[in-house]
Amino acid sequence: MDIHEYQAKEILAKFGVTVPHGGLAYSPEQAAYRARELGGDRWIVKAQVHAGGRGKAGGVKLCNSEHEIQDATNEMFGRKLVTHQTGAEGKGIYRVYVENAVDFDREIYLGFVLDRTSQRVMIVASSEGGMEIEEISAQKPESIVRSTVEPAVGLQEFQAREIAFALGIPAALTQQMVRTLNGCYKAFRELDATMVEINPLVITSDNRILALDAKMTFDGNALFRHPHVSELRDKSQEDPREARAADRGLAYIGLTGNIGCIVNGAGLAMATMDTIKLAGGEPANFLDIGGGATPERVAKAFRLVMSDDNVQAILVNIFAGINRCDWVAEGVVQALTANPVDVPVIVRLAGTNVEEGQKILAKSGLPIIRAGSLMEAAERAVTAWQNDQKQNTKMRAI
Amino acid sequence: MSIFLDRESRVIVQGITGRMAQFHTKEMLDYGTNVVGGVVPGKGGETVFGVPVFDTVKQAVAATGADASLVFVPPPFAADSIMEAADSGIRYCVCITDGIPAQDMIRVKRYMYRYPKDRRMVLTGPNCAGTISPGKALLGIMPGHIYLPGHVGIVGRSGTLGYEAAQQLKDRGIGVSTSVGIGGDPINGSSFRDILEHFEADPDTHVVCMIGEIGGPQEAEAAAYIQNHMTKPVIAYIAGLTAPKGRTMGHAGAIISAFGESASEKVEILTAAGVTVAENPSVIGETVAQVMKKKAA
Repeated sequence: MDIHEYQAKEILAKFGVTVPHGGLAYSPEQAAYRARELGGDRWIVKAQVHAGGRGKAGGVKLCNSEHEIQDATNEMFGRKLVTHQTGAEGKGIYRVYVENAVDFDREIYLGFVLDRTSQRVMIVASSEGGMEIEEISAQKPESIVRSTVEPAVGLQEFQAREIAFALGIPAALTQQMVRTLNGCYKAFRELDATMVEINPLVITSDNRILALDAKMTFDGNALFRHPHVSELRDKSQEDPREARAADRGLAYIGLTGNIGCIVNGAGLAMATMDTIKLAGGEPANFLDIGGGATPERVAKAFRLVMSDDNVQAILVNIFAGINRCDWVAEGVVQALTANPVDVPVIVRLAGTNVEEGQKILAKSGLPIIRAGSLMEAAERAVTAWQNDQKQNTKMRAI
Repeated sequence: MSIFLDRESRVIVQGITGRMAQFHTKEMLDYGTNVVGGVVPGKGGETVFGVPVFDTVKQAVAATGADASLVFVPPPFAADSIMEAADSGIRYCVCITDGIPAQDMIRVKRYMYRYPKDRRMVLTGPNCAGTISPGKALLGIMPGHIYLPGHVGIVGRSGTLGYEAAQQLKDRGIGVSTSVGIGGDPINGSSFRDILEHFEADPDTHVVCMIGEIGGPQEAEAAAYIQNHMTKPVIAYIAGLTAPKGRTMGHAGAIISAFGESASEKVEILTAAGVTVAENPSVIGETVAQVMKKKAA
C-alpha cells in the first residue's frame, strides 16, 4: 500500500528523521494560509499523488508569494497529474503540501528495500541524489553503496557510519546521518514497510541533513497489525475497478487491450494473457479469481470484466482440480444466464470431468465458444473479437 | 525414489481443525498419504478423520514419529508455526498459507539458520500448492489424479499453472517423480536453485520442468546453477510476458522491480544457460516430450 509524501514525512519524523516544516492543504486558499503560518518568503508547493516524477510533470512549484501559491495550486487542484509512473490516465490532485524552500549544497539518494536475493532489508544509497535510482544505476553505477541488515540484530552503527563515509558526508554530520539511517530502518521494520525512499536527502547550506522528499510503501499482508497505517489509504489514488475488485477478494489489474480474461490462479492468469498476445490480440486485464473458482466468484468476475468498456470478447480459462469442470461450467452458465453479456465468450476448461463440463456448456443454449487448449482458446478469442468488429451480429447466431 | 516425500513420510497437519485443512487432510488420506497427526494449540486430544490432534508439534513428533508437516495456519500465526516445526525435528515442511507478512518470512529464514545444515528443516512455500510424489504421497492442496508416477521433476511458483503442466504431461503418458511448489511470495523457504539441486541428486528424476514467472532473482540464479552444475535437461516456461512493470500480478512476488525480472529477460537468461524454453503454456508437455525423446536417442 502506498501513502502520500506528507504522510511518509510525518512517520519518518517520529522516528528521528529531520524533515522541512510544512503544512497540508485541500484548496488554494488553504495553501496560501499554510504558507503564512509557516513564514518565510519562498515556498515549495507539491501535489500529493501516489507516483514519482512529479517535478517533471508540473506537480512541484517554487513560489515567492501567497499569490503565486494561489495561482500554482489553482492549476493543480482537480487536475490529473500524468507522470512516467502513472500511466496515461494520470492521478488526481486533491491535496497539496506546502513547505519552506530550502537551500542545499548536496543531494543524496537513500532507499530501503526488501532484497530478494539476500532475503533481507537492504540499504541502497548514492551520492548522486535527485535522479531516480534507475537513472543512477544506468549512469553512475559506481556511486551506489549497498548494505544488507542482519535481521536478528538490526542495523548496526558501524554500518550506518560506513554508508555515511562512502557517500562522502562531512565528518561533523556523521552522527546526523547515522540517526537518519537508524530512523528509516526502525520505521521500515516496526511498520512492516516494503520500501522507504528519500530522494533527495540533502545537506543544507546551514549544514543540516534533511529529507526533502519521502516515499513509503507498506506490506498489504501486514496491515492487520498496523491499523494506523491502514487509515492512510487514499482510494482517490487507486484505479476504481482495481480497488473494487480488491475489496471483493479478486486480484484485478486493468490493461489497455480488448480481450477480457477470467482465470483461476495468478500464474495461469499471466500465462493466459501471454497466450492472447501470441495469438495476435491484446489482453484487457489480469484477473485471478482464486484457486476455487466458485459460481459466485465467476459471476462477480463477469460483472467486473464487463465494467471495462474496451472489452470486446471474454476468455474464461479455468483449471478445475479439486473442484470439477462440470461444477465450474454450471457456474459459468448461471452467471451468463443471470447477467447476459453482449460480447463473445470463449470458455476453456481443463482438469477433472472436462467432458461433462463441455456438455453442460453445449446444452445451455448460450452462445459460448468452447476451446480445448489454451492456445486454441486464445486464437478463438482473437478471431471472435475480429469477426465481432467486422460483422457485429455474426457471432450471436452461432 | 523421489525428493522430500515418499510412502514412508509421516505427515502432520498444523491447523488441522480448520475447514479447508480438514478438506485437504481427507484428500491427502484418500491419496494414501501417511497422515499421522495434527496440531492445534488447545485442541489436543481431539481427532480429525481418525487422526489424533496434539497441542504442540513436539508432542506430535514424540507420539507419532512425524517427519513432515503441512502448515495450514492463518497468515498472522503461520510464521510462528513454521518455526515451531523447525524446532521440533520436522525434516520437511510445506506452508500453504497465502498472505504472510514479508518480514515474518525474513524472521523465519533467519531463525532456521540457527540449525546446522544437516539438522535444518527444508521449507517450501509459503503461498504454494504443495508437493506430491505421485503414487506415494501428497503434501498439499493439488489434485492428485492429474499426476502420473514417472521421471519428470516439476518445480514452479504457481499452483494452477503447475497443474496445467502436469495435465499436459499426463495426456502424453509422461509421469512425474516429484512436483514441488515454491510459492508466489517474495521471501520463500526454498528457491528454484535449492529444488534443482535435489532433483539433480535424485536418481529417479531424469528431466526437470521449471515453471517461473516475472519478479525476483530466482530464475536467473537457477540458470547459473543449471549451466554450471546440472547434467539433467531442464525445460522452462516463464509467465508474464504481457505483465506491466511495477504492478503486482496476483502473487505478492510477481512484480517487475529490477533489471532481469521481466519474463523476456528471464527467457533470455535461461536460453543462454542451455535451458529449453517453451514459448507458450500450451506446449509445455510437448516440449518435455521432445526433450525426453532427444535424451533417449
